[in-house]
Amino acid sequence: MSVSLLQGALDEGKFAVTAEIGPPRSCEPEQLRKMARGLQGCAHAYNLTDNQAANVRMSSLASSVICLQEGLEPVMQMTCRDRNRIAMQSDVIGACSLGVRNVLCLSGDHQVFGGQPQSKNVYDVDPIQQLLIFRRMRDEGLTWSGETLSRPPQLFLGAAANPFADPFEFRVARLAKKAEAGAQFMQTQCILDMDRFERFMGMVRERGLQDKVHIIAGVIPLRSHKAALFMKNRVAGMSVPDEVVDRLRRAADPKEEGIKLCLETIDQLKSMEGVRGVHITAIAWEDIIPRLVDEAGVRP
Amino acid sequence: MIIAERKPLTEVIEMLDGAQQVTVLGCRSCTAICLAGGEKEAKEMAETLSLSSELNGKGWDVSTLTVERACEKEFLAPLEGRKGTVVSMACGVGAQVAQAMFPMLNVVPGVNTSNMGAPESLGVFVEKCAGCGDCIIHLTAGICPIARCAKSLLNGPCGGSQNGKCEVSPDTPCAWDQIVKAQLERGRADLLQVIIPPKDWRSSRNGGPRRIVNPEAVPGERQKAWRDEE
Repeated sequence: MSVSLLQGALDEGKFAVTAEIGPPRSCEPEQLRKMARGLQGCAHAYNLTDNQAANVRMSSLASSVICLQEGLEPVMQMTCRDRNRIAMQSDVIGACSLGVRNVLCLSGDHQVFGGQPQSKNVYDVDPIQQLLIFRRMRDEGLTWSGETLSRPPQLFLGAAANPFADPFEFRVARLAKKAEAGAQFMQTQCILDMDRFERFMGMVRERGLQDKVHIIAGVIPLRSHKAALFMKNRVAGMSVPDEVVDRLRRAADPKEEGIKLCLETIDQLKSMEGVRGVHITAIAWEDIIPRLVDEAGVRP
Repeated sequence: MIIAERKPLTEVIEMLDGAQQVTVLGCRSCTAICLAGGEKEAKEMAETLSLSSELNGKGWDVSTLTVERACEKEFLAPLEGRKGTVVSMACGVGAQVAQAMFPMLNVVPGVNTSNMGAPESLGVFVEKCAGCGDCIIHLTAGICPIARCAKSLLNGPCGGSQNGKCEVSPDTPCAWDQIVKAQLERGRADLLQVIIPPKDWRSSRNGGPRRIVNPEAVPGERQKAWRDEE
């Protein structure tokens, strides 16, 4: 039985599409509602980031609910950086009671990257432990400490995988651990280094992990070679080959080239064994998503 | 050992506003080894404060005293009879023990106490232990991820680990990169697949200030009686 459209699509073997939405730094919900309306029908579900890069934004829970009200299915992201296990369980109960079903468990970017580097972080649990906690809530109807939940949450649990971080030999092992802890879908870091991703998927298939967890591959449309360089030099755990930077630098119309590159990537991923969908991250360029899903032929 | 570093001089000078007698208290234990608050550093601090006092007409009477281990009362007896302000070059523990033992003194910190660590190379000191009260390094190749991973992750490196470095700083090695490599070298890849469940933090600082009682060291009734007779 599936609890969400995303789970339904994946379980039926459809090629899933998820897209990322960055919540506003504002109490004004209209901008988010407008974006949500514009993205309707482009994806099975939409990730609402949780104070991404450790910058204060509207909470992922509130923005998930706003998206629900606009008819989008949210994937509520939740980092271990800002909450202890009490807050995590409480937020999941609250989110589920408001209709959220997909929850993505994450470590979270360290707070030194954001606007409040002076803050304390939490890390009471890590994302693998977070998955254990949520799975127990759903499957056993218990909080982590064993108290009964008179109505347990219905959840489709996700986690992140970064094939481009190190040590490379452990990346697939970590994915396996997350699947064992309860992850039902995995969204990967944006793929710009296809060679490395292919090696990663080869290792995934060697262990048969693609049958245990739905792997959704991350893609990103880049607007310029500067955006590529930013990803290469400033984003932790990214691999951006020089060819990608050069291709965008040489292009007469870098934006169009970025879209072309992204479409080529989606095309390769569609036919890659073990890849069950794509996750589109178009940071501050969300309005390109409808065109991407149409031209890639992946609109749900 | 406990790692500390000297406080900026301007901060110490500010704390001494209105002082008359000033004792700079050095410690020959941890802060001596990390070159922050041993006899040499205490003397240097005393000389600098004297000079500053002379230049600015503060009138401080600065002297120095270095003890073996400022965190144990037994070694602090030489402070008896001192008056005024004590600039502690011992760690935060030593400073507090001195303050509790001599409530009439004003003990101010001359160092910032940082962590439990070890010297890595000349003049470089690295944090090793977070004092969580429930050691698990048998599972992590003798490397503590609670102290040495910026996110205290217990089940492997986050997505920010690159080229052996932590996402937080290129000077910080990724503890999980070290753990993974060490386990593979030891042929213990199996340990990397073990899921460590949520930790019970009650034994850490999160359970409140800790008090350890070693029953073997606590005097029994007979021993107490015998001591009282003496």
